[in-house]
Amino acid sequence: MLQRILALLAKELAGLWKDRKTRFVILIPPLIQVMIFAYAATYDVTDVALGIWNEDSGAQSAEMVRQFAASPAFHAIAMLQSPAQAAQSIDSKQVAAVLHLPRTFSADILAGRHAQVQLLIDARRSNTALMVQGYATAIIAAFSTELHPDQSAPLVILTRDWFNPNLESQWFILPGLVAILSMMMAMLVSALSLARERELGTFEQLLVTPLRPAEILVGKALPGMIVGWIDANIVIAAALIWFHVPFLGSMIMMQAMLVLYMLAGVAIGLVISSIAHTQQQAMLGVFVIASPMVVMSGYAAPVENMPALVAFLGLADPIRWMLLIARGLFLQDLPASLVFQNAWKLALIAVVAFSAAWVAVRRVVT
Amino acid sequence: MHMHGLVLKEIKQIVRDPSAILIAFLMPVVLLIVNGFSINFDANHMRLAVVIAAPDETVYGMMQALKASPYLDPIALPDAQAAEAAVISGDVRGMLVVRNDFSQRLARSSRWPAPAELAINATDPNTARILEGYVSGALGNWLAGLSTERRLLPSGGIDLQYRYWFNPELRSADAIVPGIIAMVITMTGTLLTALIVAREWERGTMESMLASPAGMAEITFAKLGCYFVLGMGSMTMSVFMAIGVFGLPFRGGILALTAASALFLVFALGLGLFISTLARNQFVAAQVAFLATMLPAMMLSGMIFDIASMPHWLQLVTYAVPARYLVSILQTLFLAGDVWSVVLPNLLGLAAAAAITVTATLLVTRRRLD
Repeated sequence: MLQRILALLAKELAGLWKDRKTRFVILIPPLIQVMIFAYAATYDVTDVALGIWNEDSGAQSAEMVRQFAASPAFHAIAMLQSPAQAAQSIDSKQVAAVLHLPRTFSADILAGRHAQVQLLIDARRSNTALMVQGYATAIIAAFSTELHPDQSAPLVILTRDWFNPNLESQWFILPGLVAILSMMMAMLVSALSLARERELGTFEQLLVTPLRPAEILVGKALPGMIVGWIDANIVIAAALIWFHVPFLGSMIMMQAMLVLYMLAGVAIGLVISSIAHTQQQAMLGVFVIASPMVVMSGYAAPVENMPALVAFLGLADPIRWMLLIARGLFLQDLPASLVFQNAWKLALIAVVAFSAAWVAVRRVVT
Repeated sequence: MHMHGLVLKEIKQIVRDPSAILIAFLMPVVLLIVNGFSINFDANHMRLAVVIAAPDETVYGMMQALKASPYLDPIALPDAQAAEAAVISGDVRGMLVVRNDFSQRLARSSRWPAPAELAINATDPNTARILEGYVSGALGNWLAGLSTERRLLPSGGIDLQYRYWFNPELRSADAIVPGIIAMVITMTGTLLTALIVAREWERGTMESMLASPAGMAEITFAKLGCYFVLGMGSMTMSVFMAIGVFGLPFRGGILALTAASALFLVFALGLGLFISTLARNQFVAAQVAFLATMLPAMMLSGMIFDIASMPHWLQLVTYAVPARYLVSILQTLFLAGDVWSVVLPNLLGLAAAAAITVTATLLVTRRRLD
């Protein structure tokens, strides 16, 4: 039995490896994706183009403008004279925000009154707008404290960011990529495996071999797992060597979890494959299933923000649990008990998906 | 001219094989619904553990203020160990620790400000930053309320007022749905031609078409034309969904929208043809199409991540991603209106992209004939 499975595995791997283009497609895209994702996916906002509309000629307003211009978050690029100019420069995306200092700004400060400052923000990108607001609040708070050094605020909040003290976006993105890229590859390879044989008509040949259905299932599942596992390790290596993301947890635990995770991935792929009649349908199936899986996993935006129904469906999403495990093992040395809290859900998904794949493949084979 | 026959052939093929219809109409619906509802940066109900050493009236008031914030779900925990465990396991996003001399220090003058320690699980740095903002906002409001009673706050501060243009409530759907439409159209456009034509090469039906008296240009344009109609259909549907399902405004004009969609589709379909001609294998074509379209459209178009904040070399790369121009146009048309100073340069970029892919496809197919 083992021999027959190995023979089928060798045939499958040879099928993937012998074609130069396919070989390229399995190895190179993960590397390109890692580079693009890791460098592009930053939520930090720096160097925001700022317009300044200063109606006041006093020293205090000039100081305020200087503070904004000196901050790494902003660079002042335009001095504006009128509301129409402010509107025009935001509309045309010349600037992302306009700081407006009214005529009485300096006089109000000198007189000890509350001075007003207005910030107009282009909210076509809501996340950027939120960040801009945060930076502006911090600059103005610092400015206020400087004005009244004797009267410091009665409350200070000492914030400590655990596990990622400098709030590096890449530390967040790369462990997630380990889960996403390996899942995509495992699903794609396994989804295409049966569908290709059926489309090319070689499936009948496979059926007349002495292989039993269970052996076909295992033989078709292994290549996807191997390819996905290799891709996961390519990403891990890139994260550690190139991007210097810390890995505090146990690597053995990580590899064991990856095996479990790949099991769930290829099982989903095989279910798709047994339903599809052509490679094209299989690929469409993967796209239609995988993109919701990625989105629901909490990869780009937190799960708590999702509507209840989406969050509920997400419980069955293996990526969601692997993300928690991967981020935990990379950044915070997640204790084994907490890893298992996520792992049993992963295992449950793998078992259910494999049973479904078994039923589906049996139906096709017999 | 053989256009008539060729177009008829393509239409028959589309009608007979449902996958083209599925790509054009089912995929946009799935992608829009799933992404539109799930990519949400409007964090609310973030769970926050609050550890209070000495409960009294002041601290109780602070807890009420935190509860009043729509963004926070404060949970009182008895000791710091329990809170730490909750932060580590991810049950709560962060913990706020208030020591037992908090109320006394707050009541006394400002020489020794009362410390509140906020520890955040920063494995998700974006959410960490947002949580910090909400906590300091909620506590700031609470202090401002206290100060009117007890005159705690310094006078003569500076009030900062914000106005969010185009999206006053900062709904993330308003900002993201135009980007998702761009992503959907990129994928449908490219997949339509990439997969379907790769199959023709794989099965050898492309060679038989080339052997027919129709010229290469005619075959290319017949294909582009038919899938163009499908793609425009899926674009129209996506725009109606954005308005009807996600409640986006549409403040621009039909003319600009049509021009942008048409140019972008020609680019995407052309790219699909180009990929499939080079790959001639469905697996490779799908992978390359995915790599060349969906990823850049999501990561490098400015839909989620701010282009101005990327490293400089990557900013230059984004100019080669036509989705960038489409996202910019769509965000402006949906939220701002016909701002020609934004729309025209981006249309120019789209036109260049379309011209390049169609020319490249014609060149490659001609060479591949031999």
